[in-house]
Amino acid sequence: MKKLILAAAAAVLISGAAYADVIKIGVVGPISGPFAIQGKNFKAGIDAYIATHGDKIGEDTIEILYRDVPQADPAQAKALAQELVVKEGVQYLAGFYFTPDAMAVTPLLQQANVPLVVMNAATSAIVTKSPYVVRTSFTTWQTSAPMAKIARERGIEKAITVVSDYGPGVDAENAFKSTFEKEGGSVVESIRMPLSTNDFSPVMQRVRNSGAQAVFAFLPSGPTTLGFVKAYNENGLKDAGIQFLAPGDLTQESDLPAIGDSAVGILTTFHYSLAHDSPENRAFVEAAQKAIGNPAELSFPSVGAYDGMHVIYKMIEATGGEQDAQKAVDAVKGLSWESPRGPVSIDPETRHITQNIYLREVAKRDDGTYYNKEIKTFEKQPDPGLAAAK
Amino acid sequence: MQVFFSIAVDALAYGMVLFVISIGLSVTMGLMRVVNLAHGAFAMIGGYIASYAARDLGLAYGFAVILAVVGTIIIAIPLERFLYRRIYGAPELTQVLMTIGITFCVIGIANYVFGPTLKTIPLPAELQGPVNLGFRSIAAHKIFAIGCGIAVALGLWYLIERTSFGVKLRASVDNTAMAAALGVRTKIVYAASFALAVGLAAFGGVIGAELLPVEPYYALRYMVTFLVVVSVGGAGSIPGALIACLLLGAIDTTGRYLVPEYGEFFFYLAVIAIVWIFPRGLLGRAK
Repeated sequence: MKKLILAAAAAVLISGAAYADVIKIGVVGPISGPFAIQGKNFKAGIDAYIATHGDKIGEDTIEILYRDVPQADPAQAKALAQELVVKEGVQYLAGFYFTPDAMAVTPLLQQANVPLVVMNAATSAIVTKSPYVVRTSFTTWQTSAPMAKIARERGIEKAITVVSDYGPGVDAENAFKSTFEKEGGSVVESIRMPLSTNDFSPVMQRVRNSGAQAVFAFLPSGPTTLGFVKAYNENGLKDAGIQFLAPGDLTQESDLPAIGDSAVGILTTFHYSLAHDSPENRAFVEAAQKAIGNPAELSFPSVGAYDGMHVIYKMIEATGGEQDAQKAVDAVKGLSWESPRGPVSIDPETRHITQNIYLREVAKRDDGTYYNKEIKTFEKQPDPGLAAAK
Repeated sequence: MQVFFSIAVDALAYGMVLFVISIGLSVTMGLMRVVNLAHGAFAMIGGYIASYAARDLGLAYGFAVILAVVGTIIIAIPLERFLYRRIYGAPELTQVLMTIGITFCVIGIANYVFGPTLKTIPLPAELQGPVNLGFRSIAAHKIFAIGCGIAVALGLWYLIERTSFGVKLRASVDNTAMAAALGVRTKIVYAASFALAVGLAAFGGVIGAELLPVEPYYALRYMVTFLVVVSVGGAGSIPGALIACLLLGAIDTTGRYLVPEYGEFFFYLAVIAIVWIFPRGLLGRAK
């Protein structure tokens, strides 16, 4: 008798669950460790989206599961993704700050029947690794190539590139160089620095001696950018009139208070500035600042996560909560919406986000804080990196 | 010729910053025989205190430096009393495990209290901006760092080689039991030299903050470089550490200037060569 009651109770519970499912989303990112601030930004973007859009889609409730990969570690990222799919039964994978981590997970997607929404990792090739990958962040090519056009518009003939010697750095170098040369400029020298460089004075001396009118730089956001920008000022390059050009990683908002006055006047191109002037962005920034706790820590990965959640919500709507990766991905191909960063859409071919790229200048507000002031817009930029790779 | 001077100036500045931060580690490892992997953590604590004092409390740079050194020593006193005192003379593995544990705790606490963002220590106007040397310009704070390095080197050398404290310290290290029998209060000597090492770490953390910015992972990020300096120079030798810093600074800077694509190849090649030829470091003392 007791068994029968239990069985009946279980049956009721199971059928009840079928009406209102809990849909699990697994987010992999750096929650602890040296890149913890970027993981915090993922969480802030996701929390902001849930706070403004609710955690229910129809009858289904969303549940987010976070997994921590403190530094680029493909093996660990893959193991955690596998655990999320097999043990936790997540229907969607999202997050991924580093390219190698995202790459390592792509072979799992087809068999697991799970779409992957990349919220940061910025190497062009990721979307080609599996038809179930959608990206809502940017690529280094996408943010770097417009800078070459700006340089030519401003009458710069000779430039020098200085990048950190790793994947995204090399991407940035290629993107700038190929576009700049296509536009008729010449890159006099390309310097690749080891990632662990602390003292940038020798590099700055080389830049100075090269006779270039502008230096295009790419370093991963974080401690090294501070030393680099300071070395640029202290070695007299700013006074010598050598223009500093870079993608916006170098002047991410959470680093700006530290870089301070030395950053003023630096030109960067990027997909998102916290200071973007639109009602969508103001609402987003308010919600995200509340979610992250300390407003000074908010930076660009949060908007990738916010739009990533938008894409996942649309996928869940389209599939009615059923697990069907192909249907989910098909539903968002060509999807366009108004993001906090401006109008965006998912390219149906590449499944990468098409978006405006802005030219920004670091400026100081009256209250002494610094921000990335948008001064020019390149509308609807696709990712040039994939075309260049062909 | 201009290139040569250019490299020389950069190498000197970088080497001196390395020296100021690493010399405290050389004291703990060479004189006290403690492999203190928490050295970077103490340098970081100093940096955080100075940043808090100068930026949030608005104190002058000089006061911030003093507060950083004193504050870090005060934090280190209970650590010495309750943790380090147990591992004096213990096997290296025990020391490594305990001090790396302390490092991770400090990283976690710093991340929790100050957050993961970069912290800067605002420089006074005199130390900001470039100084023109005629053939090139160099940051004023680098000249300041060079001066600090020279002062620390001379001061330490005098303290250890020429004062009665230095005699007691060397005696306690070489033979603790005999020194104690002769009336040297070895516990106090150890505590004082530990405080000295920690104070130097904090001082270096503040002076070097322009090159090695303060953030929670500072404690681990630069530890390898500090250890390399100590092992190349010879643990416990002040002239050794000074020569090592200048030599490694010169090799690293020259390599980065002339052939940046080789990365740190020449730096580590030099380290391998030196440690191969001088297993105890350039001026290491025989055990």
